[in-house]
Amino acid sequence: MQSTAVITPSTLSVNDLPWQIEWDKNTCTLCGRCTSVCPVNAIELGVHRKRTVEALPGLPKKPTNSYSIYHGIRQRTDPAYRCIGCAMCNMVCPNNAIAPRLRPEATTLKFHNNRGGAARTRGGRRNDGGSLLDQIKFIRISMLTDPALDAGRHEFELRTLLGRIQPPEEGLAALAQNGWVPAVREIYPLMIGSMSFGALSPNMWEGLVMGVTYLNEELNMPVRMCTGEGGCPPRLLRSRFLKYMVLQIASGYFGWDEIIKALPDMKEDPCAIEIKYGQGAKPGDGGLLMWYKVNKLIAAIRGVPQGVSLPSPPTHQTQYSIEESVAKMIQSMSMAWGFRVPVYPKISGTTTSTAVLNNLVRNPYAAGLAIDGEDGGTGAAYNVSMNHMGHPIATNLRDCYDNLVISGKQNEIPLIAGGGIGKNGNLAANAAALIMLGASAVQSGKYIMQAAAGCVGSEADRCNVCNIGVCPKGITSQDPRVYRRLDPEKVAERLVDVFLSFDTELRKIVAPLGRSTSLPIGMSDGLGISDYHVAERLKIKYVV
Amino acid sequence: MCRLFALSSRDPVSPMRAIEALNVMKEGHDGSGVGLFLSDLGGPFGEMKDAPILSGIFTDEGLKRLDAYMGERGFVTRKTLELDPRTKPPLGTPVRGSYIARAYEAPADLKAKSQAERELAYMLMRVELRHMGEDKEDIRVFSFWPDTIMVKEVGDPMEVGEYLGLDRPELACRRILAQGRQNTNYAINLYACHPFFLQGVCTMTNGENTAFVPIREYLLSRGFPGYMGYQSDSEVFAHIMHFTLNRLQFGIEYYKHVITPLSDAEMAEHPDQALLARIKQTCRKLIIDGPNCVIGCLPDKTMFMVQDRKKLRPGVVGGKPGIFAFSSEICGLDAAIPDRDQHADFQPMHLDTAIVRPECQEVTICNQLQSLPRPH
Repeated sequence: MQSTAVITPSTLSVNDLPWQIEWDKNTCTLCGRCTSVCPVNAIELGVHRKRTVEALPGLPKKPTNSYSIYHGIRQRTDPAYRCIGCAMCNMVCPNNAIAPRLRPEATTLKFHNNRGGAARTRGGRRNDGGSLLDQIKFIRISMLTDPALDAGRHEFELRTLLGRIQPPEEGLAALAQNGWVPAVREIYPLMIGSMSFGALSPNMWEGLVMGVTYLNEELNMPVRMCTGEGGCPPRLLRSRFLKYMVLQIASGYFGWDEIIKALPDMKEDPCAIEIKYGQGAKPGDGGLLMWYKVNKLIAAIRGVPQGVSLPSPPTHQTQYSIEESVAKMIQSMSMAWGFRVPVYPKISGTTTSTAVLNNLVRNPYAAGLAIDGEDGGTGAAYNVSMNHMGHPIATNLRDCYDNLVISGKQNEIPLIAGGGIGKNGNLAANAAALIMLGASAVQSGKYIMQAAAGCVGSEADRCNVCNIGVCPKGITSQDPRVYRRLDPEKVAERLVDVFLSFDTELRKIVAPLGRSTSLPIGMSDGLGISDYHVAERLKIKYVV
Repeated sequence: MCRLFALSSRDPVSPMRAIEALNVMKEGHDGSGVGLFLSDLGGPFGEMKDAPILSGIFTDEGLKRLDAYMGERGFVTRKTLELDPRTKPPLGTPVRGSYIARAYEAPADLKAKSQAERELAYMLMRVELRHMGEDKEDIRVFSFWPDTIMVKEVGDPMEVGEYLGLDRPELACRRILAQGRQNTNYAINLYACHPFFLQGVCTMTNGENTAFVPIREYLLSRGFPGYMGYQSDSEVFAHIMHFTLNRLQFGIEYYKHVITPLSDAEMAEHPDQALLARIKQTCRKLIIDGPNCVIGCLPDKTMFMVQDRKKLRPGVVGGKPGIFAFSSEICGLDAAIPDRDQHADFQPMHLDTAIVRPECQEVTICNQLQSLPRPH
């Protein structure tokens, strides 16, 4: 900084920023790759003037000065260009001469992240590393009273049902009388959560769809992927692979012109329709695709002009009440596919979820309820919504399952839990905990991005720029210069790796529990936690 | 693991015959309980087949309350069998009071009702009496049903049998279920002793039911007052059978399709694939996750044995025309019916239901891969 420079309230030093660039002059080759790769231009070429004082011992001569210039890196301190910690500079550096370091104690930036009165928006999760799900232990171990199962050798039934299941008396009567029976899909209990075509780059989407197809067709794992709100590529809609997709409709109805147009040409029904009423990461907010990412392709699929931000309203505008909105929408969607496709709503975790559920119980067409907890991820939202709004998934799910148990409907309406599953890398353990608390299936999006595509986002506010289309890995960018970094084939390979390892880990959990013939949905007696109040609240065992 | 023994005989036999079989299997039970289900009675009770018989243990105070309760409802005692041991109880068996089996004359208005209504009334009375005795433990009831007597007590089966004097003509019967209990993870409680009885359905089980909690929750939420108790994880097997017979209106051949449905691949080849898939889907919460061997008796006095694929040491069924027995160990069968053709002994595997009809002529094996009789 110049000695004469003006200090404004938002004038920051590098030490005010959480991510600080460490650069080693000795190893830097000045190749310039780091400055060109930085997605937010946080570093620039620095021309540094250096003074050297030469003072010989004993003062035989007066000390002299010499001046030199050297070139290197300068980190910008303007909040608009702050380093996001993605470490792409480090990835491209041939000599490992540069890397961002997190200084959590540097909090000043937090107070200046709203220039021009624009509150901070970002992608990612809640930026809170804590996870209740990680604390849950599986404590019922079969050994002597019940033979232990071999995770590697026994057969395990690790499938779940998506769709409205009739009570036994009704279901058997319907069969005998050739009556209507709701569509039920047998699927893998880990679903790829809704991430839209638009939020994700074309390469990322293609990779996911290829991976899902491989899992289904080559490995016999009925994995399903939800489209998110943004439609579905027209060729996929008209292909036999549509059966692996859950089409999402949300309050902006983006992409549904194309879907409706494709209806007569569909070779297969989609797996299901998810009606999004809320999202765990930003409850009370609609979807948001910022203008940076609305290019020609996205605009065409969504049926909107190019280059405009696409905020979905917080609620479905045509509806007024829970009875009407839920029932009418479920019925309309069911009718579009001749009542052959399960239709279920997705809501954000909330204290009112049991009211929604009780409404669904009375609706014979409701195929399930997806609940997205506060730890869910998003491509774009206000920071305050992500950090402070929402309901944790564990108690919300448990309350809903308990409600179903009270009304005797626990086998009839599957609950799908999402939000923070695997946020610290423990995907299978978190998923199994939720299943044993009562979920029929779990959804995860962020973990899939991290594991299958190398998303560098973390719970320490790292990267989190999914919203502005500069994703350094090309996962959430619509700029071909960026997304070409992501090879769809490699994404597909990694996705398969993720599901295979998840499957192994899930077996490693259910085998010692002694469960093999059906997924242990609601088997809460196998869960324990060392927090007494949590144990009481979740009705699981308190263990220390 | 608990030891189980069941007899189905053309002619009435003494319950001690089953107790003796349990005694040979002694190393497998720890004296934490013995339970007996006696049905198709000979002796004086056999002459009053329609009279509901209340079985239980009562203190003097409990007996007074029982009499008042039954009197209020117009039930008149026809015959009482009181096992009132005079000797010191065996080690581990508490002094509880009188062990009673009492046959009643039902009031005329109840008799005029349909069989289903009478059966519901008997069941509701048993549940109510059970609740009445919970606080003071002065009333313990195990069954209230025509032609059925049940005895349960803590202790070694042989010692308890001798202590109660079970070798008496009034207790001779054609169907016996007997269990010597090995306490596992649930507290010693008389109501946790097998066999479990509900409206003519009676089963006993050994092994641990891994899927107990979701099954219990499902049964409790069926809105049927008889689905209660669950002091033992094995009680659900009796109630699932009751559910299969009464709610689903299926026969014994379907029971195994409810608790251990075929895999999708096995089902694909099955002639009743659509029905089986529907059962598997709608009754998913009743799928057990063993290892369990279930032996039971149905309201029509058919006896059966099933087990799941995790049951590594299966039970066995064998006998000769006129008498057949189900046993958790072969030595129990040897002790009870030594003069049978041992080559005809059968150990049901994970797809089989072994059935002995009341005529006691043969063991019928029903395999899950076979086509099913049409539901009635």
